[in-house]
Amino acid sequence: MSGTIFKGGVHPDDHKELTEAMSVNPMKAPSTVFVPLQQHIGAPCEPLEGIAVGVQVKVGQKIADSGSFVSAPIHATVSGTIKEIGPFNHPLGRPVQTITIESDGKDEWDDQIKPAGELEKLSAEDLRKLIRAAGIVGLGGATFPAHVKLSPPPDKKIDVVIINGAECEPYLTADHRVMLEMPEKIVYGLKAMIKALDAEVGIIGIEDNKQDAIAVMQSAIAGEDQLKVVPLHTKYPQGAEKMLIQVTTGRKVPSGGLPLEVGVVNHNVGTAVAINNAIKEGKPLIERVLTVTGSGINRPANLLVRIGTLVSEVIEECGGLKDNTRKLIIGGPMMGLAQPHANLPVIKGTSGILVLTDEDVCLSESVTCIRCAKCVESCPVSLLPTLIAQAAEHNLFDKAEKLHALDCFECGCCSYVCPSKIPLTQLIRIAKAEIMKAKKK
Amino acid sequence: MDNKMVVSSSPHIRTIESVQSVMTDVLIALFPAALMAVLLFGYKALLTMVISVFTAMVIEAFWLRKRNLFNDGSAAVTGLLFAMVLPASAPWWLVVVGAASSIIIGKQVFGGIGNNIFNPALVGRAIVVMSWGGHLVGRIWPQPQPFAFTTDVSAVTMATALAGQSEALTFSITDLFVGSIPGCLGETSALALLLGGVWLYYKGHIDWRIPGGFIGTVFVLGVVFGGGFYGNIFLTGLFNVLAGGVMIGAIYMATDMVSTPVTPTGKLIFGIGCGLITMLIRIWGTLPEGVTFAILIMNAVTPIIDNFTIPQQFGGVKKSA
Repeated sequence: MSGTIFKGGVHPDDHKELTEAMSVNPMKAPSTVFVPLQQHIGAPCEPLEGIAVGVQVKVGQKIADSGSFVSAPIHATVSGTIKEIGPFNHPLGRPVQTITIESDGKDEWDDQIKPAGELEKLSAEDLRKLIRAAGIVGLGGATFPAHVKLSPPPDKKIDVVIINGAECEPYLTADHRVMLEMPEKIVYGLKAMIKALDAEVGIIGIEDNKQDAIAVMQSAIAGEDQLKVVPLHTKYPQGAEKMLIQVTTGRKVPSGGLPLEVGVVNHNVGTAVAINNAIKEGKPLIERVLTVTGSGINRPANLLVRIGTLVSEVIEECGGLKDNTRKLIIGGPMMGLAQPHANLPVIKGTSGILVLTDEDVCLSESVTCIRCAKCVESCPVSLLPTLIAQAAEHNLFDKAEKLHALDCFECGCCSYVCPSKIPLTQLIRIAKAEIMKAKKK
Repeated sequence: MDNKMVVSSSPHIRTIESVQSVMTDVLIALFPAALMAVLLFGYKALLTMVISVFTAMVIEAFWLRKRNLFNDGSAAVTGLLFAMVLPASAPWWLVVVGAASSIIIGKQVFGGIGNNIFNPALVGRAIVVMSWGGHLVGRIWPQPQPFAFTTDVSAVTMATALAGQSEALTFSITDLFVGSIPGCLGETSALALLLGGVWLYYKGHIDWRIPGGFIGTVFVLGVVFGGGFYGNIFLTGLFNVLAGGVMIGAIYMATDMVSTPVTPTGKLIFGIGCGLITMLIRIWGTLPEGVTFAILIMNAVTPIIDNFTIPQQFGGVKKSA
């Protein structure tokens, strides 16, 4: 079977040819890692007792945690000595408390790390505990702690687990490579999630521009009756959870609601692999696959990188930057975060490092809206972006709220299609922030 | 990394489409109709279009104090559309005054592109119809003379097919479709207009709802109230669609982005409203044709339509009002 088509969306050039045929190369562990204590949605972590400057740590050793449920612990990603604990640059823009570890070059693993045993023998509660202990968060970029999604309230029955292999962001190919190279790990991770949720069906959704991944995943699930691979129409934002759930199950997540309200939990392919590693090897999340790409990168690649590696070092690994680079983006071109420099660490949610040159960066000024309604057609959640943006420009946030501004998930389609080059998504973000501010009062 | 990195809010890539490219696409879409106008009405048609486009561009450049005549292309579109709704016999000064009015009163006094309430070309047309009706209403329409480029078509004039049943019956449905009938430069050839419309639809610049609602309503009302000539009520419906300005109005004027609704339902309502008012004027009004005023009236209610047709957001539930 194949997924249906969601309303709206756009078809940007995907530029995936830069890296889609390149297998994932492990990058050598750097001499120093910068591990932020906030790499997830939820409460920031605090350094554990005994973790202080000068202390020796080993790879995979837990160094920070939080008492809060919606949080995920942080582990050392190299073995060596803690040099500093203090604020450091972070992809989100504001400095974050960060543990700096200088590697001893030995890459010695924490001796407490061992396989958790057979999946059949683990209970749902065991799984949730070990997934939390491994510090696993959503690796698609949203970084929501994985164990929280696997702990639905008792009155919500989850019957479907969807693995998101859509990778609808242009340029990025990390998920694509993970599917080609580690299909059995994804399937194992998916089965663990199904067990943790006592769900019935597992769906792997993949955009049909990745026929090889569809074929590989299909053979990986052969003989598993409860699993299926659903090829998806290639259209951005196909991997957005509401769209993905709609096209694979026909269910519509209610406005303002979570997928669990329609009995679904969504996870990225990378998250499934991390769960596999946590069970089979006991390995916490200390590294991830990311795509380094774009017209400004000399040697685009898919790399397996330790969390905390500086982006500048990753870029050096890929042959450095071209002369006319103009934009550095953590994530994809549609939803990623632009950075002023590369002196910041790779974190759990870093799915890509994208560098664009002058030709690819649109610097033209915006002109008046001509009401062409292309933004309206492109909006996957049926909003009227131009009218919300107009309300935001005039500080009419009540009006923006009536136009359902809070339903916007900032996919960027409206800004992308706008012939007047109006920063619609940005204006809607402002409206959302102001509406939330007013609600808190 | 010595370069200054640009930091901005996502998304970081944009479509290559611009206001200028959209306007250029509209001009391309109007090319078949412009070509037909020259084939049918000769050099007079060409002259009218050139004067109108040039006047519109010059006035806009002057108003905005820009040296670039083409600029975003919107003035050229307005100028060409205005010429398209004039007879080939229109005197040059009328073309100049009308095109200037389109740009100044129809567009710039509201704040320029994006801010005008009414379709600028139709504002120009309404002004010249009201002011110099003798040149634009009645038995003033040059008879088409295909492939006679140098003939002055204004020598032989007649009424349009909409003047009455006997006039209508002098033309076959095929004449109406191909366009060899008296009428405004750009409105006569449904075939040429459709070609351009398909192009605009393919480029995503028009939605089916406005032309669909407009043409559909005219057809249905034409079938029911058209009087049943041509021996078949459906042919009367078709006659109402093909004669006069419905095709150019539905495909090019009522789809003007600025002055029409942005909501999908709003677009359908807008199209149906245009069709309804056009037929009210045609059947019960004093003027033979009603497309201009139908669209202008619907332009005026566009903000209200948008307000009442806000779409249900994804996963939203209707509030019990």
